[in-house]
Amino acid sequence: MSDESKKAPYIVPIGPNHPALKEPVMFTFEMEGEMVRDVDFAPGQAHRGIEWMGMRRNPVQIVHLTDRICGICGVSHTFAFARAVEQIAGIEVPERADYIRTIIAEFERIQSHLLWAGVAAHELGFDSLLHLTWRVREQSMDVIENLTGNRVNYGIVQVGGVRRDIVPEQHQVIEDCLTTYEGLLGKLLNLFLDDKTITMRCRDCGVLSKKEALELCTVGPTARASGVNVDLRQDYPYAAYGDLDVKAILPDQHLGETHGDVYDRIVVRLLEVGQSCGIIRQCLSEMPPGPVTAEEKLAKLLAVCKKATGEAIGRVEAPRGECFHYVRMDGKEAPHTWKVKASSYSNLMSWIPMLRGEQIADIPIIVASIDPCLSCTDRVAVIRRGEKSILTKEDLHRLSVGKTRRLQR
Amino acid sequence: MTHAFLTPDQVVERFTTKFGAAIKGTRVGERREGKRKEPSYNIWIDLERDLLKPAISTLMELDYPHLSVISGSDLGDSVLLLYHLTIYYGRVKGEYTVTFSVLIPKDDLTIPTISDLIPGAVFSEREKQEFLGVRVSGIPDDRRLFLPEDFPEGIYPWRKDGTGIPDSMVKDLWAMKRPTDRPAPPLPEAPACEVDTGEATNSPRDQDSRKEGSQS
Repeated sequence: MSDESKKAPYIVPIGPNHPALKEPVMFTFEMEGEMVRDVDFAPGQAHRGIEWMGMRRNPVQIVHLTDRICGICGVSHTFAFARAVEQIAGIEVPERADYIRTIIAEFERIQSHLLWAGVAAHELGFDSLLHLTWRVREQSMDVIENLTGNRVNYGIVQVGGVRRDIVPEQHQVIEDCLTTYEGLLGKLLNLFLDDKTITMRCRDCGVLSKKEALELCTVGPTARASGVNVDLRQDYPYAAYGDLDVKAILPDQHLGETHGDVYDRIVVRLLEVGQSCGIIRQCLSEMPPGPVTAEEKLAKLLAVCKKATGEAIGRVEAPRGECFHYVRMDGKEAPHTWKVKASSYSNLMSWIPMLRGEQIADIPIIVASIDPCLSCTDRVAVIRRGEKSILTKEDLHRLSVGKTRRLQR
Repeated sequence: MTHAFLTPDQVVERFTTKFGAAIKGTRVGERREGKRKEPSYNIWIDLERDLLKPAISTLMELDYPHLSVISGSDLGDSVLLLYHLTIYYGRVKGEYTVTFSVLIPKDDLTIPTISDLIPGAVFSEREKQEFLGVRVSGIPDDRRLFLPEDFPEGIYPWRKDGTGIPDSMVKDLWAMKRPTDRPAPPLPEAPACEVDTGEATNSPRDQDSRKEGSQS
């Protein structure tokens, strides 16, 4: 090795797959000692060309494809896409469906934020807190499974409404879950925010100023933690949110000041879990009776979509921020243009100012602090009493159908 | 940022009075959902290419716009670029989306960068360069974004002409069977659902048949 290569700055590559990252992305760090001098990243390690696929399929097929864009915000993409198509085709969604969509979207937020809280704890080396958050997250997953039939890829939203109603027997299941979380929230806030180590690691670490947040088009909890008052549920009425009084959660409401650091991002997300519980409860009590879909027969729905021409925007507030779909239809079976903008798309740029000047050991928590989207695997290996067997997708499907049946009994 | 909020029609009017006939078309979309039917507004403004940056500067006089994304559409002999922005976020039930549509001919696919006004736009501009073959002049970072390094030059996935994805690049993974040179699976393979034998007769590569819509 020549002496040249030993001189600072050192180049440290992290990725495309790395134990410190929970998703495939390629980072190149320029290090000076322990300090990050500059950083560059390359996404696209798992680009699947979903928009290309969608432009060759009809809206009902795309609805099920959108479920699979992201394992965590499954309903947000379907919801945004359905809203865009409904506007083009002039479909009025029944009010009850608006409420059910809202309830599912809020449950999604609860489970996503709890999952994130666990990941954050893990990145800080606080694994007992990871196990606590992921254990309590299970209850929201069970409720989602009870309501939609699936833990992920819910398949609940259809163009024109939803595919399943919420029946009175399910109200108690939802209510039990909300009570649990509201009881837990104080404990979680205490564990995260009053912990000396977490405070030392996260306070003034990975700072994103309000100006940078605005200029880099950040969205969702990442933007709100930097003091940008932005929340589609408050700003841009859709589904049942126009009937509710949702206020964007900003760190200074809770702490009296905004730092725009990792700590503030924890505050915002944890408080939003409590907010979501309130929204679900309000939706359940105010949900109007009536049908849950504008058109039950898919053939009729497709015929309406096929005649539709025009362009529209569907936006919803996903757990990570604005989820945006642009659809252009020109009277053919497949949409002419379909553009998906997931919330992390807007947030990745903010990594650069956050990471610059930070310590190498803080990279994992800063990278995780914007809650970049993760992907799921489709098979698992099970080892039981020393015997190993691999479960295929079909086995998992059989097991999960069995569990759903047990839950619904 | 101004102190008085404009109505969607006033926003449109501000552009039509400032730029006159150079504004080729405007439209205000309104959507009402829920029980109270609170409206949300989407403003669409069609512009000449030269007006894109002045238009964004004019929008900035109202509020610092949030750029959601730039989307693009191949319309045959031209490409339509749509700049989806939002203003008045943070105002309860008062956010508008403002979309600037710019039509650029295929024999001159260039557009000025807006990243000097909105730095975060670089991300979406890089994506438009590689997916639509649009050249963004003045872009501070013109590397690829999502496409792999070994992706062939001159192929733009969202184009609907000869430069789009050719059939030879479509792998149809769904039609692949289990590889024959692997050991047998530890558990016998069971079909996840009933197989519709009628579909198996369709040729997976038959692009012209437009049968994809009938497969569910």
